[in-house]
Amino acid sequence: MKLGRRNLFVAAAAVALARLGRAAEGFATIVEKARGQKVYFNHWGGSPQINDYIAWAGAELARRFGVELVSVKVTDIAETVGRVLAEKTAGRIEGGSVDLVWINGENFKAMKDNGLLFGPITPLLPNFALVDTVGKPTTLVDFTVPTDGLEAPWGMAQFVLIHDTVRLPEPPRSIAALGRWAAANPGRFTYPAPPDFIGTTFLKHVLYATIDDPRRLERPADPGTFDTVTAATFAWLDAIRPHLWRQGRTYPANKEALHQLLDDGEVDLSMAFNPAEASSLIFAGRLPPTVRTFLFEGGTIGNTHFLAIPFNARAKEGALVAIDFLLSPEAQARKADERIWGDPTVLDLDRLSPADRARFRALERGPATLPPEALRPVLPEPHPSWTELLEAGWARRYARG
Amino acid sequence: MRLEPGRLWAAPALVLVLGPTAAGLAGTVLPAFGWLPAIGREDLSLDPWRELWATPGLGRAVLLSLASGLGSTLLALALALAIAAVLHGRPGERLWRALLPVLLAVPHAAAAVGFAFLVAPSGFLARLAAPLLGLERPPDLATVQDPWALSLTLALALRETPFLLFAILATADRPGLDHRLAAARSLGRSRVAAWLEVALPALWPSLRLPVVAVLAYGLSAVDMALVLGPTAPPPLAVLVLRWMMDPDLDRRLVGSAAALLLLGLTLGLVLLGRLVETALRRPFRAPPALVIATTACGRAAAGIVPAAALAGLALLLAWSFASSWRFPALFPSGPDLGAWRAALPLLGPVAMATALLALASLALALPATIAALEAPGRGRATALLWLPLLLPQVGFVFGLQVLFVRLDLAERAAGLVLAHLVMVLPYLWLMLRGPWMRFDPRLRAAARCLGCGPVATVRKVVLPVLFRPILAAAAIGFSVSVAQYLLTLAVGGGRFPTLATETMALVAGGDRRRIGVAALLLAVLPLLATALASLLPERAGRPVPADGPRLPQLVGSGAKRFSMSSSVKLSPAPPPPSTPS
Repeated sequence: MKLGRRNLFVAAAAVALARLGRAAEGFATIVEKARGQKVYFNHWGGSPQINDYIAWAGAELARRFGVELVSVKVTDIAETVGRVLAEKTAGRIEGGSVDLVWINGENFKAMKDNGLLFGPITPLLPNFALVDTVGKPTTLVDFTVPTDGLEAPWGMAQFVLIHDTVRLPEPPRSIAALGRWAAANPGRFTYPAPPDFIGTTFLKHVLYATIDDPRRLERPADPGTFDTVTAATFAWLDAIRPHLWRQGRTYPANKEALHQLLDDGEVDLSMAFNPAEASSLIFAGRLPPTVRTFLFEGGTIGNTHFLAIPFNARAKEGALVAIDFLLSPEAQARKADERIWGDPTVLDLDRLSPADRARFRALERGPATLPPEALRPVLPEPHPSWTELLEAGWARRYARG
Repeated sequence: MRLEPGRLWAAPALVLVLGPTAAGLAGTVLPAFGWLPAIGREDLSLDPWRELWATPGLGRAVLLSLASGLGSTLLALALALAIAAVLHGRPGERLWRALLPVLLAVPHAAAAVGFAFLVAPSGFLARLAAPLLGLERPPDLATVQDPWALSLTLALALRETPFLLFAILATADRPGLDHRLAAARSLGRSRVAAWLEVALPALWPSLRLPVVAVLAYGLSAVDMALVLGPTAPPPLAVLVLRWMMDPDLDRRLVGSAAALLLLGLTLGLVLLGRLVETALRRPFRAPPALVIATTACGRAAAGIVPAAALAGLALLLAWSFASSWRFPALFPSGPDLGAWRAALPLLGPVAMATALLALASLALALPATIAALEAPGRGRATALLWLPLLLPQVGFVFGLQVLFVRLDLAERAAGLVLAHLVMVLPYLWLMLRGPWMRFDPRLRAAARCLGCGPVATVRKVVLPVLFRPILAAAAIGFSVSVAQYLLTLAVGGGRFPTLATETMALVAGGDRRRIGVAALLLAVLPLLATALASLLPERAGRPVPADGPRLPQLVGSGAKRFSMSSSVKLSPAPPPPSTPS
């Protein structure tokens, strides 16, 4: 039945594409039609820097293409997914209220599986040719789920740990070392409570470090053998729990709360999914200037975040123009500037013109940002089925109260 | 043919509130039993409930919700009653009336963040103590997010005490009460004892629904629980939020079941409260121990409650200007105006739009509420009018969205006004039902005898007499509208930026500076509204209508002129009407 739905959806997308402008007519037609459209861009609005960057993009889009980008700030993109779902439930298959969403991972999988996305869109975008799909394979595979062109990569992310060099000059650089350090320094470490995204990502690193064969994680997890396979994982979590902040009886709600605990000096380590986040928090005065970032010795998980268009969007052409602009070297270089946002680019610098390449070369790294060559190796996200079992296992053990 | 106040008078309120509520409920009940065609689930089953029961820590989550919801409500009620008993007729009461708008205007989420910064191990109180105890690092103590949600309970109680006190004061200066208190005192009862024995029973019917609102809020709201509550497991309301926001859309089914469970728990507690109330409802003589305890409690709370709330607010204000402020520093390291510079533009058109939206929904909700209150036999159906307050919003917003999209009201100003009305009208209803019930029917009869029609009676007699409670209710309704984040976004689709939609997303970013700014921005409009409501009547509330009798006289010394016979005296002691079931 699911397959039937998907076929239906592909057919619908094809029809929509045909209506949108045949490939032969090209992007120029799309730009033509986009003029005067209002694009409602739903995105997580928790960061003033990101909001300011989007406001800049909106001003440029209005000036260059006559497209009005309206920023709709949400506390969780799931609110937007729920909104599109409500519209589908109410039978609104066109003229929807959301034109553009910032999305990845499980939210993308949910929208893809339920036929809530328009596309494939990437073949329509001239600037998609500049994306480094070879060197950055996660631009095509989002948490092991193929994007099938239904979302366009926007920025790169990699898990990093943050420490204050004054309080903790030599941080533990592996899961094993972290366990020993926590036992020697009770109450100085914690992680956000799963299913928070960062908390779950931390669990995945414990999983990588304790599982006998990490290649297993590329394939779907087998619920039958999960407990045996992850025995060492939960043994490690059991062992560290009494040494956690508040003896592991409660956990911070998210990474923002964890950053605050680091700034308040309640813990000595924090985590982020952006190599430049610590620098940008220093600029914002939210972490001491002495914090630095590091990776675990075996590397950390990296992924990509994307832009997508809901199946019933009203301003599809405008949204496509907006995505293509956000993929342009100019917009990507500005986004990578740590004084503005500090989000790593998805583009392949070798494919850019010398002038565009110079934009990226001119960028300065913040004090806490590691150079690209230090951000290796990049571990792939485990198959989503592991996430679910991991979160459930964690809740069963540590969230019983 | 005169327009008599028939049952139909209640129709607008019922349709406007219960229509969307029913849609919201349907949008929760159907998925809770496995029905959500948009994600391919079309088989009615009990699976979501089975999954809910199998959730690790569910029992603890339920206990946490019950404990923090019920505990904070009882504590807030006790504190508000004690403060009112101690303050009544004292100079401090004026100060309190001036202070209440400030305490009420602070958004819940901000109150939680302010409270957390006050009492956290790295917070302000710990910093005061740090030099004495020789602390260089914050102690590893669970003073917030404690496993039993005590900090959450306390913060909820602190935040709700002013609301209940506001409800008490809005009805307490009713004509007659002072005379009866004076009579009790002349019988040798102390001030506090007289208040407990005379005023409390008289005020209770007006207080019942505000208490229910506080209880429902404590059980279902997530904004304070996210900051102060435990996380492993969190209270049930936070679990509902997690499931409804889960990327896996199938989790919405179990989230809907949990939302229904939460609704059931709230209803259960309300019913239990009714039973307890019936058992306790008889004239009583306050024992000396109770009087002493009330006095001590009231005096302490009258100082501690505003001090804690204002300290939290002042610390947030300080944070909003701080560049950095680390443990154990007592003062920020330097000024930073960045957060304010970014936010001040919102005070222009966005603040205006927020106020207009609130006024528009009030303009519809207030007449509808008053009409419903005037309708005879309003007992049964209108008892459902406060149902929206019991529903956990995150579980209920989906069905509302579907309804508004179907009616083509989504992303329209009219739809947004109607959606806000669903949340505003119940508050008006619960603030006004008590005063209306206690309105002396003889005044209405007198007006009718003098030739006023039903509408004119309301306009010339009821509204002027109940001017103050109406203003107070309107101010609360206004604040409720200003605070709506999820609903505004769900129905408005980002087409109508309000102060809440523009600032709550930043609150999610966790930056105390931005949260401070957001708190103050969100507080501005409610502050103006509640200040107007509590300060205005003292001067403007007793107008001399050009075409009517002087109102104070109508209910005070001049009441005799309106007495139907010399044997029936209006006031000072209208008997408390028996409570409708």
